[in-house]
Amino acid sequence: MSTTIKMTIDGKEIQAHPDQTILQAADAAGVYIPRLCNMKELIPHGSCRVCTVRCNGRPQAACIQPVADGMVVESNTPELTEHRRAIIDMLFVEGNHYCMFCEKSGNCELQAMAYRLGIATPRYPYQFPHRQVDATHPDVLIDRNRCILCGRCVSASRDVDGKSVFEFVGRNSHKRVAVNAESGLGATALTGADRAAGVCPVGSIIRKRTAYAQPIGQRKYDHQPIGSDIEAAGQK
Amino acid sequence: MTTTAKTKRIIIEPVTRVEGHGKVSIYLDENNQVQQARLHIVEFRGFERFIQGRPYWEVPVLVQRLCGICPVSHHLAAAKAMDLIAGVDQLTPTAEKIRRLMHYGQMFQSHALHFFHLVSPDLLFGFDADPAIRNVIGVAKKFPDLAVQGVMMRKYGQEIIKATAGKKIHGTGAIPGGVNKNLSIPERDVFLKDVEQMMNWARGSLKIAKDYTVEHLATLAPFGSFDSNHLSLVRADGAMDLYHGNLRAIDAVGNRIFDQVNYQRYTDYIAEEVKPWSYMKFPFIRSIGPENGWYRVGPLARLNTCDFIDTPEAEAARREFMAVTHDKPNNLTMAYHWARMIELLHSMEKIQALLHDPDLQKQDLVVKGQRRDEAVGVIEAPRGTLFHHYKVDRNDQVVMANLIVSTTHNNTPMNRAVQKVTQDHIAGKTEITEGLLNRVEVAIRAYDPCLSCATHAMGRMPLDVELFDHRGVMIDHRAR
Repeated sequence: MSTTIKMTIDGKEIQAHPDQTILQAADAAGVYIPRLCNMKELIPHGSCRVCTVRCNGRPQAACIQPVADGMVVESNTPELTEHRRAIIDMLFVEGNHYCMFCEKSGNCELQAMAYRLGIATPRYPYQFPHRQVDATHPDVLIDRNRCILCGRCVSASRDVDGKSVFEFVGRNSHKRVAVNAESGLGATALTGADRAAGVCPVGSIIRKRTAYAQPIGQRKYDHQPIGSDIEAAGQK
Repeated sequence: MTTTAKTKRIIIEPVTRVEGHGKVSIYLDENNQVQQARLHIVEFRGFERFIQGRPYWEVPVLVQRLCGICPVSHHLAAAKAMDLIAGVDQLTPTAEKIRRLMHYGQMFQSHALHFFHLVSPDLLFGFDADPAIRNVIGVAKKFPDLAVQGVMMRKYGQEIIKATAGKKIHGTGAIPGGVNKNLSIPERDVFLKDVEQMMNWARGSLKIAKDYTVEHLATLAPFGSFDSNHLSLVRADGAMDLYHGNLRAIDAVGNRIFDQVNYQRYTDYIAEEVKPWSYMKFPFIRSIGPENGWYRVGPLARLNTCDFIDTPEAEAARREFMAVTHDKPNNLTMAYHWARMIELLHSMEKIQALLHDPDLQKQDLVVKGQRRDEAVGVIEAPRGTLFHHYKVDRNDQVVMANLIVSTTHNNTPMNRAVQKVTQDHIAGKTEITEGLLNRVEVAIRAYDPCLSCATHAMGRMPLDVELFDHRGVMIDHRAR
């Protein structure tokens, strides 16, 4: 039995392992599929839907869809790019994202994704929701204004740190990340060294007193769009 | 326009070639003499409120968004306060010198912008010249070399800001306890290459301002002028220091009202009064009271308060400047321009010295300390003394902010200048002539006001003038 299968992504034939997801196979082949919630060390759960591709003609989240022999995947199409823009637009207007002074600016995956997708300004009206900042922890802060509900903190705390400090509560527009202590983050078992404190793709969960330490020009996305590392690896 | 009323109010709106949106109201009595003239600042932003709840380290980057002209001043004033909040009393030499370089770059570009882009049309074409040519485009057409100098000087200052803060506008260089980068040798060498050119242009700019003032002294001396107190930071030895020092206030003849006051205690010495017709507050020296305790800040005040300047060419220029008033404080509103160009040269001398300082290439950038709950940061911004006062709770969130910006200090002086000019030029008239409009603007512009900063506002940058009779009925209105 062969240990690899063949499939195509945007017409490019690639080889993949049967236990990979489409996203993993694409990464290995140097094809970048945009994503926000996915992170290599965390169990994928398909929450943000930015990685949605057409798989044999049907929309599927690439981060959770296993590959199959002969699979035809479309990712970089005008239709899917437009859907991704819409998702990013909605994430921007549903929160309070002020990139101009956010300490994550330049290292923020949401901001970088907007740049990659050519979003200058959201098409939808800003919601300006009233969100809370929880700064009760001595070393870590949650600014819920910037949360995009990706779930990375929930997964990292549960699956990597073994603490389950974070969990989603509420539904629809009331959904938010809660912590397992009534008085706030400071009363939880979270430490500044925990993986959950370092996985947030935006500036929602941040380690205190580390802001702006990287000068402008040396931040992760100052010179190369998000996904460039994956694409560059594929060209070697 | 109606002139049937016995007393009248004149409104000039908007005021042009200043940073922000202002309006002037002139109230006439029954004999068409000026009863009162007011500069209204009608913008509102509320920075002091909406930074509440934000983490303290975010404030130097957030609050600089008050302004696109001198954001570095807000960035550094807030950073100085947050140094103390972070428990840091003394930065590393590299961090302080990088911040100073950023600040002198800022001073250089802001003063060049004001002199060449905003003021030079008045000086080169005269107050009464047609506004159609009395503007920066007119300068570019008739004096192209000067226009290019202005642009290139501003660019030089902005490139320094970019090299130290990461961006020309709204960078992130200063962080609580230090800075996030030094100046590399290649970066330094770019600036060293043009340093002589910039020095020469700074000398030339000073000469234009000085010659103009001296040549027109008889006309300029009474123009919008009045006696006032003056306030600024000075170094412990009395030298002008634009980045750090203690507070000194003097009266109109040079007597010291207070000296070497640690600005952490500024509220013991300065209070702010609110008036219903302006969003801008009116600060005053407590010991004198609101009626007479107002004061001027900015280049003129700094020249008056300091004992000397610690760079040779600017010091020589200061001596010439002070000689005009026989070493007593200079209270001429129009002398601001000359004083500003002395500071332009001083800033360039400082930049030159710093570029040769090897501390700028060292790696020791940040110091840490024991958290505090309250601190004040003060800096001499291009337009004058800038106060940032914060309280931070135990969760690191800002719970109180008070900002007193340069233009706010100069609020009463600008009103006095407008009143003086209108009294001298409108007497007996019931309409706003082009000449009056020009002169009111020239007087306000001398202070290089940043009206957006002063109300913590955004919008256009124009002047409206309204003329009212004694019953409050508007009888004329003129706007740019």
